[in-house]
Amino acid sequence: MASTATSSLTVPAGSARAAHRLAGVRGVWWRRFWLLREWAMVGLIKLCGISSILFVTAIFLFILCEGLPFLRMGHGIHEFFATSDWYPTSQNPTFGILSLMVGTGAVTILAMLFAVPFGLATAVLISEFCSRRVRETLKIVVELLAAVPSVVWGFIGLKMLGPVIVRFTGADTGVNALNAGLIVGLMSVPIVVSIGEDALRAVPDTFREAAEALGATRWQMVRKVLFPAARSGLLAAALLGVGRAIGETMAVLMCTGQSIAMPIDGAFPYLHPLSSVGTMTATIASELGEVEAGGLHYRALFLLGSVLFLMTFIVNLTADLIVRGIRGKK
Amino acid sequence: MTEAADNSTFGIQCDDLSLWYGSFQALYNVSTQIKPGIISGLIGPSGCGKTTLLRCCNRMNERLGNVRTQGRVLVGGKNIYDADVSLIELRKSVGMVFQRPNPLPLSISANILFGLQLHDGRRLSRSQQAEIVESALTEVMLWDDVKDRLKMKATGLQLEQQQKLCIARLLPLKPAVLLMDEPCSALDAEGTEAIEELLTNLRGRYTILIVTHNMGQASRISDECLFMLNGLLVEHGPTSQVFLKPRDKRTEEYVEGRYG
Repeated sequence: MASTATSSLTVPAGSARAAHRLAGVRGVWWRRFWLLREWAMVGLIKLCGISSILFVTAIFLFILCEGLPFLRMGHGIHEFFATSDWYPTSQNPTFGILSLMVGTGAVTILAMLFAVPFGLATAVLISEFCSRRVRETLKIVVELLAAVPSVVWGFIGLKMLGPVIVRFTGADTGVNALNAGLIVGLMSVPIVVSIGEDALRAVPDTFREAAEALGATRWQMVRKVLFPAARSGLLAAALLGVGRAIGETMAVLMCTGQSIAMPIDGAFPYLHPLSSVGTMTATIASELGEVEAGGLHYRALFLLGSVLFLMTFIVNLTADLIVRGIRGKK
Repeated sequence: MTEAADNSTFGIQCDDLSLWYGSFQALYNVSTQIKPGIISGLIGPSGCGKTTLLRCCNRMNERLGNVRTQGRVLVGGKNIYDADVSLIELRKSVGMVFQRPNPLPLSISANILFGLQLHDGRRLSRSQQAEIVESALTEVMLWDDVKDRLKMKATGLQLEQQQKLCIARLLPLKPAVLLMDEPCSALDAEGTEAIEELLTNLRGRYTILIVTHNMGQASRISDECLFMLNGLLVEHGPTSQVFLKPRDKRTEEYVEGRYG
């Protein structure tokens, strides 16, 4: 490498043209322009590189600045977080987001009840039980699942899953927490699969050999060796699924019924999947378009957005740190 | 083969064994008899098929798809490539130790009990478990080092201790044959010495087949030696004969260190 660099810089004796080129025949202005262009490109690349940090910070500050003044407008922090009545447009408006948080929680829990077993089983199948060809096909199909637009998912939930739920459960309406949970669960499967598969792949093959040489069947090997060894990665997979489920808006808006209610009570089974719920995301999406900028309702929605942002931020950060921890150890 | 697995040790007999990885032939018509209860060393230059031959004896080669085997391998008189052989039973009676110590990422005692818990449906009582762990670790001369930290993760042990543990975890299954694939190659001189001492202790109770790169090791611990070259079994005889009066020219050149 070094030798070729020198040779191309070395001016062959008698080659006047080459000497001219090195001296900069094109002139000093050309050279200045050239340097400036170089400097500008590097600057642009750096700017693009750090822009995501800028955007995240700016977005968070923006929604926080729009939301925080709500707390000085006669509705305290206690009402906001600890009461469940969300009547933003009544004569005496109240803004309790507890029911919305519970709604988001209910949908997320139901979604994970479907997505984690399905996703992890798929990840195990892809990484341990199938030939290369089947594996590649499955991975592509799973990725296609992630490419379905969320409004299409919402459509499926609303028009196809809803009637099915009504028929099999006798519920009053097909749009409820169960419907949204199923749909969001399916939407979260791809991320659980891909992160879960990474985690299983990260387990050294020597562990598999050790278990198989002791006479373990494939499933025993998966259950007794891979799961413990990949535990934190699988946890991260589930967490990223949670992050996806918390933040999902359109499908949830279409499938939950968006009638704000508490789907929980003190009696067994505590969580009522057939109850319609309202979630944080869907509430913001459906109400923000109709509020007066700077008003009480507007501020409340922005504060709600800040809470949502913090929740997904914490979940994703935790998952990310776990995944990084695994990569770092390798 | 299970009924005989309890106490007697099996020999291994290879009949006309050939093996292909895809289109590459790794073993050519290997036929030999490995005597029970002694340590047999497998020597030869890298890539000569030592490890492949070793892995034929518990069918670990089959983990990599695209492997074709021809011929027979008899362990305790039973062809392990017969259709009615259970891989699980086979691997119970033919244990394997790998080049790099590979304890499972579990506690020390869980590693020892792992094999038993795979095969035994019923739960062992705590005292039974403790007994099994102690006797296995004592047999590999590891008990005194680790008896106070049995709940510690096995992956945190020193390499030499890890390798001893990998041998110890085979013992509760009462194997007849122990296959060892260069068990000392990741260890320092001291660790190698400790493992060799351990192998000498195990001699007589198990049929041990050990792949080694280290000629000194082969001459120190093995009773018989198998010399392989390019997928062929060139010579098999008592270690002293193979090292001092090799019958084959190629063996002579190898043990003299002219290649490999």
